[in-house]
Amino acid sequence: MSKARVKVPKKAKKGEIITIKTLVKHKMQRATKDKKTGEPIPRNIIHTFEAAFNGKTFLKGNWDTGVSANPYCAFTLRVQESGEYTFTWKDDKGETYTANAKIEVA
Amino acid sequence: MGGLAGKGMLAVFGAGALALAATGWMAAGTPEAQAKSKYEVDGKKSGYLYSTPETQAMQDDDFMNQGMLWVERGQKLWSQVEGAAGKSCQSCHGDVEKMRGAYTTYPKYDPKTKKLINIEQRINRCRTEQMKAKAWKWESDELLSMTTLIGYVSRDLPMNVKIDGPAKPFFEKGKAFYYQRRGQLDMACKHCHIDNPGKFIRADLLSEGRAGGAFPLYRLKWQKLGSMHRRFRGCNRQVRSEPYKAGSDEYVNVELYIKWRSNGLPVEVPAVRR
Repeated sequence: MSKARVKVPKKAKKGEIITIKTLVKHKMQRATKDKKTGEPIPRNIIHTFEAAFNGKTFLKGNWDTGVSANPYCAFTLRVQESGEYTFTWKDDKGETYTANAKIEVA
Repeated sequence: MGGLAGKGMLAVFGAGALALAATGWMAAGTPEAQAKSKYEVDGKKSGYLYSTPETQAMQDDDFMNQGMLWVERGQKLWSQVEGAAGKSCQSCHGDVEKMRGAYTTYPKYDPKTKKLINIEQRINRCRTEQMKAKAWKWESDELLSMTTLIGYVSRDLPMNVKIDGPAKPFFEKGKAFYYQRRGQLDMACKHCHIDNPGKFIRADLLSEGRAGGAFPLYRLKWQKLGSMHRRFRGCNRQVRSEPYKAGSDEYVNVELYIKWRSNGLPVEVPAVRR
């Protein structure tokens, strides 16, 4: 299973407002300790979410604890030209999840 | 005087009925209302109708529904060859869509063990006997994914468990469990879910407990998917009783009782609840 999923309309008219939906599978582990052993469990959450269009970042989010597991993020924007969206999620373990989607603007 | 008052009352009632009829007609006409009505069958209401609009929206949109992540995992596992027999689920069953309807009939009587078998146990039996593979642990990601997938392909079919014949004594045991007071709080399942649905227990709205077609569901409190037996354990613990093991006979019996209570309601797997 790919960890990240995005939903972007394939085609749109120039100037149209589209909705982009994103979902990433992540535990969003907050810093705590093991119930049985008492061993500390370090925080491992997605702390940065970035959305870029043709390489240019247009949305950046700094997430903190309190964001649920498997975070879902949706937003709307006005489209002007064809291109490719890149979505990036970064977590505390240094892992990066990415997803791409193309849009054709007529 | 009496006659006048009577007429006055009549007029008020008449206007009230008209207003009700008008709003009723308008509500029934909207697509939202039509979609929601499928969750109420013969006066039985699914827990969906006790959820907030936000939670309902999460369930309705397959993209937003995090339970779908487990469905995707299940689809991968379906064709994954495992065990000494060199088989996958697909080797025997073909496409997973062919399992449509299977979910609605479990738990059912199993002549081999002479007791009930539920969907999770049925999957594990397939694994140990047909695939010669290791059984999945209860509440493991794999077992949840497969159970969810089997439920998902039966989506919108009405629940239809049988309680007659050899299943009858187990149904009676399940019913007795449902009505049995337990724990420090001395409460039975029925005290919340039969006597008080629609009322608040502190901040939680009690449902009718007709969750037969909903599990495994994505619970926001758990932040993941969980089985019905996990929910039982939580409920039992909340009334401060010692919970049984997931997959125990007691829980499978009461699962049959709850699924019978949900007979006719559509399968919603993976449902989303708070």
